[in-house]
Amino acid sequence: MKIVKIIILVLLVAFVGIQFVPTERNQSDIVPVTDFMLVNTVSKDIKNKLQVSCYDCHSNNTQYPWYNKIQPVSWILEGHIKDGKEELNFNEWDLLSSRRKASKLRSIIKQIESSEMPLSSYTLIHKDAKFSDREKKELIEWITQLKDSL
Amino acid sequence: MKKLKTTLGIVTIVLITLTAVSCKDAKKENSDKDHTEKTHDDKDGHHDEMKKETVLNSNQKGNSEAVLKDYFNLKDALVSDDESKAKELGGTLVKSLVNLDVSKYTDAQKLELKDIIKDAKEHAEHISKSPMGHQREHFKILSKDVTDMVAITGTTNTLYEQFCPMYDGGSAWLSMNKEVRNPYYGSKMLKCGKVQKEIN
Repeated sequence: MKIVKIIILVLLVAFVGIQFVPTERNQSDIVPVTDFMLVNTVSKDIKNKLQVSCYDCHSNNTQYPWYNKIQPVSWILEGHIKDGKEELNFNEWDLLSSRRKASKLRSIIKQIESSEMPLSSYTLIHKDAKFSDREKKELIEWITQLKDSL
Repeated sequence: MKKLKTTLGIVTIVLITLTAVSCKDAKKENSDKDHTEKTHDDKDGHHDEMKKETVLNSNQKGNSEAVLKDYFNLKDALVSDDESKAKELGGTLVKSLVNLDVSKYTDAQKLELKDIIKDAKEHAEHISKSPMGHQREHFKILSKDVTDMVAITGTTNTLYEQFCPMYDGGSAWLSMNKEVRNPYYGSKMLKCGKVQKEIN
């Protein structure tokens, strides 16, 4: 029984310890002029939807939930954000050429269509990030229009 | 007191699992990277004695025919529904795209080629790590990129631009053979499509 106590104590100390390991946070007040919403005419509804469902991992600014201040959750999420921004960063949209924009928009459509994005692990907690069938349809229609206008 | 202990126990177990999982993921990613780098080295080992990828990139200049060759191999893997081979060949194509030498073209062409390479590389990368359905989605855009590349670089062979009206609202691809072998459907609809254009 004593050994169990010691193990628990050690783990507890470790848990508290890792809270002090600094994590780089994906936060920025600046919305660059290359942002997707600034270079395209986006309706309020779609703007809001993209902000809630996509921008946490695909922009330079994440709205962190409280539990993400806790390690090791924080490390896991930070990895997701890094991967997400590498694939697509809405803040840097206008740095892309027309070819690359069309390519990205096509991928966005596919991802939304097949419900691969937003990630199910994300919508599990962010219920409002999930797209309803109607929202999906509207969004895809709008993005298709944008792609064809490039 | 006992209840507290159990709760503490559960909390710690959850945390350990989380930490273990995140560590494992990181490790896996690393080994994946190692693996792809190794296969690249193996592939190009016979061209050049230099083994380091970075050295290869800066010293070994490839031409558009190498890109086309890798593109056709990838297409054939998709025609034969071979997911793992398509993955491997996607990786090979990334390499030949990166190595494409654009120095002999005009400035405007250079810009466009670089843009094409960047886009095509991303699609080839996705193909190298996706299941077949995704591979085919990316192959569609990759095909457009490669077609645009050929429009600039030209090619010594006669190519056939083929078109399948059924896949994703109509999709094209390039082939060395006149006979249609559909990379978007494979064995399901092997001969669906037609020759749309002859290049050269």
